Amino acid sequence: MHPAKSLIFFTSASGLGFGLLAMLGLGFPAVTGWLAFIFFAIGFGLAGGGLLASTFHLGHPERALLAFTQWRSSWLSREGWLAVATLAVMGLYAALLIFAGIKARPLGWLGAVLALGTVYATSMIYAQLKTVPRWNHWTTSALFLALSISGGALLAGQIRPAIILILATGVLQFFVWKTGDSRLADSGTDMASATGLGHMGRVRAFEPPHTGGNYLTHEMVFVVARKHVLKLRSIALALGFALPAFLLVLPFAHIMAALAIAAHLAGLILLRWLFFAEAEHVVGLYYGKR
Amino acid sequence: MTNLPSHTDRKLGLVIDLDTCVGCHACVIACKGWNTENYGAPLADADAYGADPVGSFLNRVHSYEIEPETGPAQLVHFPKSCLHCDDAPCVTVCPTGASYKRVEDGIVLVNESDCIGCGLCAWACPYGAREIDPVEKVMKKCTLCVDRIYNENLPEEDREPACVRTCPAGARHFGDFADPASNVSALVAERGGIELMPEQGTRPVNRYLPPRPRDADIDVLAPLLAPVAEEPKGLLAWIDKTLDRL
Repeated sequence: MHPAKSLIFFTSASGLGFGLLAMLGLGFPAVTGWLAFIFFAIGFGLAGGGLLASTFHLGHPERALLAFTQWRSSWLSREGWLAVATLAVMGLYAALLIFAGIKARPLGWLGAVLALGTVYATSMIYAQLKTVPRWNHWTTSALFLALSISGGALLAGQIRPAIILILATGVLQFFVWKTGDSRLADSGTDMASATGLGHMGRVRAFEPPHTGGNYLTHEMVFVVARKHVLKLRSIALALGFALPAFLLVLPFAHIMAALAIAAHLAGLILLRWLFFAEAEHVVGLYYGKR
Repeated sequence: MTNLPSHTDRKLGLVIDLDTCVGCHACVIACKGWNTENYGAPLADADAYGADPVGSFLNRVHSYEIEPETGPAQLVHFPKSCLHCDDAPCVTVCPTGASYKRVEDGIVLVNESDCIGCGLCAWACPYGAREIDPVEKVMKKCTLCVDRIYNENLPEEDREPACVRTCPAGARHFGDFADPASNVSALVAERGGIELMPEQGTRPVNRYLPPRPRDADIDVLAPLLAPVAEEPKGLLAWIDKTLDRL
């Protein structure tokens, strides 16, 4: 799949933002006053900014409100509802906490559930697609949630839990890559089933319908990433998980925590780039590519 | 509403005969022409005369080479457009309700004035049947020429999809798959019509007729034809002999 900048930024930022909001809703850290304002501002900025970025890849962003209508069937619509509900509930929770000093705990818990629900809905937009076998698996949701929770813990300054969560997420990411690599081959979709001509012999793409590219090949047949995949994965694991965990284990200093966050962010963006770039859409088979 | 109907009264669709298709791309052009001049946003081309031309099409013709275990390879031209699936995954993912499947005839359509151009339906389609128009930024797909097939302003013979009407080889057939006595149902039964990517669970309506087996002998009369000389004669025979002697 084509790794669109707006989608990489949206999923990375909103995942972190909703993770942080979930932590704050659960009372980690138990902040009040100005400190609470800063934490919530970061959470809302990442979550809201991400959502805003997601509208940049729309052909008609002016019609975006229509996307709230089909929650019965569409994960994209459900994501919209959950995101708005999270921001509303957490907004109220934050306002009570910052301006009135009231800790409305049940409201915070509800906000945390909604925040993680939003991340789950985002993951299901990808995990529901049978056309992308690498994504069409429960581990896609597990990974999105794990990245959101561990990143949220890191941003919330929960050092010890963050170390454990980040390392666990790194292991999960490794497992997702290992199992994902064979999923297209295991899906049973190949050029034989795509053309229905497999019974006659080996099918080879002889000539594409046109000499140039088209929307489909630009959007869904992205093969550039495959060459350096091992190196990119190693760099992403080191930046996103190993380095932050190492920096957090060292005696606490704000500069180290900031570096850990920066490294995790860089790793996360690389992970998301790979998430899209490595995903093989079955339509590529019609073009003799994967 | 992007929930799929549990039942459609008719199942309109196409049968594409891979044995007959000559790969002339006339269906592609007829489709582009009709759907540019009529219902909905025109099918645009971007940078048409530049270095990187790209355009939206609702129908494209691929060509595949098939290598059997024994015998010569075979070339198959393969037109591909929306299959109007019973379990259309493109419809249920749509967040705005712009995509829908009609209860009366099973045609999958896009209401372009509701489409936000998110592209998720194109991701959900395994066949590559949907493309965002490079100019209008809305999702385009085959409508089965819904503005032709019911159009009483057209002569009756023109009330079928433009691709079917134009095909010079008669490789495309239009009809109702829900009716077991229809032309398309009969063709599918007789020739063993195939579903594309059945494992994707989309239950496509359109069917493809596989190429017929090639005759083992070229012609029953071939053995009676005069044999082609295998021994050189005349000047060639002299050259052959001379070269042998050298």
